[in-house]
Amino acid sequence: MQHGCAIEARGLVKTYPGKSGAAASPDSRSGGKRAKARIRALDGLNLSVPRGTIFTLVGPNGAGKSTTVKILTSLAKPDEGSAAVAGIDVLADPAGVRRVIGVVGQRSGADPSATGRENLVLQGHLYGLDTKSARLRADELLAHFQLTSAARRFVRGYSGGMQRRLDVALGLVHRPQVLFLDEPTTGLDPESRAAMWQEIGRLASEDRMTVLLTTHYLEEADRLADTVAIVDVGRVVAEGTPSQLKERTGARTLDDVYLHYAGRRFEMAEVTRA
Amino acid sequence: MTAITAPAGAAPAAGTKGSPVNDTWYLTGRKLHALVRQPVVIAFGVVQPAIWLFLFGELFRKVIDIPGFGYHGSYLAYLVPGVVAMNAMSNNMWAGMTLIEEIDRGTLNRLLVTPASRLAIMNASVAEQAVGTIVQTLIIVGLAMAGGARYPGGVAGVAVVTVAAVLVGILWGALSNMTGMLLRSREAIIGVYTFFMLPLMFLSSAFIQPGFMPGWMQAISSRNPLNWEVQIGRSALSAAPDWAGIAERCGGLVALAVLAVVISVTTFRSYAKNA
Repeated sequence: MQHGCAIEARGLVKTYPGKSGAAASPDSRSGGKRAKARIRALDGLNLSVPRGTIFTLVGPNGAGKSTTVKILTSLAKPDEGSAAVAGIDVLADPAGVRRVIGVVGQRSGADPSATGRENLVLQGHLYGLDTKSARLRADELLAHFQLTSAARRFVRGYSGGMQRRLDVALGLVHRPQVLFLDEPTTGLDPESRAAMWQEIGRLASEDRMTVLLTTHYLEEADRLADTVAIVDVGRVVAEGTPSQLKERTGARTLDDVYLHYAGRRFEMAEVTRA
Repeated sequence: MTAITAPAGAAPAAGTKGSPVNDTWYLTGRKLHALVRQPVVIAFGVVQPAIWLFLFGELFRKVIDIPGFGYHGSYLAYLVPGVVAMNAMSNNMWAGMTLIEEIDRGTLNRLLVTPASRLAIMNASVAEQAVGTIVQTLIIVGLAMAGGARYPGGVAGVAVVTVAAVLVGILWGALSNMTGMLLRSREAIIGVYTFFMLPLMFLSSAFIQPGFMPGWMQAISSRNPLNWEVQIGRSALSAAPDWAGIAERCGGLVALAVLAVVISVTTFRSYAKNA
């Protein structure tokens, strides 16, 4: 694994058993065993993310972003390829990886029938904190994410923005080295989104955290990312800083860059998901 | 978002390494907290058993007088082990629903990306089911007692009934969790439940002595784990429990519960590898 890289993935392949559909293709690998069509979610994906940077995966739904995040966070095993996070091999030592990563999934994950504080304290316990440290850390995070006044309210009653802030706080309880954010701002109002962007930027610059985020918003990638990787049909088709990508393609916006590589407009590819 | 979370570059919170026992404790605490906050859910859970006890019990009160029924006590008391068994099965059948909800909401994945022990996540669900089953069993036993049922077997008898109910609960809870994980469909769980529930109840001595059943029903009921629980309970609550029979059937229930949990944990592990 390359030195100084917080995330390194080589040749990731992941297929899922598929129903007969447009996206399905015969899986050549398992040829003899079963001739069933499998969906190839990842098709030899490579990534390297330097420490302390913000890396953004953009691409339409089904491009393989979420599958990549699942493999890197030990929630799924690739069929082929290798990956390491913070220098720890995801396949050989998934438990080791779990200790150093924070994950904020697409869906909230907070327990709605518990209070925000209880959610955070439990999370602290699961990372091995004793009750006193877990409570201290919970209060610290509640204050930081402006949730102190809602700390003892059930998460069920939180607004979308508050829930999302709690989700990020849950991912930070153990001060992870690498933070995964799967569509962190989807469904947020513009104000909450701007606040979230500011926080993500701060995590990388002040706390020197490595952040990998997936997004549906090219504007988000443009604003935040040190590196943007455009993912299409299970591979990274282009990678670079936002300005490099624009320069390379002669495009003025990331939208045009996307069009250049994917052959279709980003929004057009995205419309189908709604 | 104003203040700074942590000193820049602060070392990861070290703490002690989590153990399955600690993790089970904390995760069970989460579940029980939710249970305690909604006592209504537990209370509503016993509405159906109460209906069986009192409506069914009243309707067929005179069944006990049929010559050869051979039970000393009221029909209400006769029904108690059956209603306890039915409640243990039906309430734990919903375990899979909770699991699907946690999968859909992302809660399960959130737990799976922490270092928490996999086993502890499943343990917590089993522990929660056990606590719920114990509370409801005691409510049913108490309700019937208030209605005039008497238990010559005493506290020991009630304890045995409760243990058997927990075993049956774990068995069905594990089955329900497995169905939930494999099919991810609430409808499938309801299907499994309705498919098994009434046949298993009527193919047992819950309502009537086995001697009154046709031979083929007797043959099935002797192999019906729900009936084992009914027999354990009725024997334990009687004046002269047949401890050898109780031990044998409890052994059978333990074996099935362990098997069901092993299968359910295996399913869970494969889910965790391909969430």
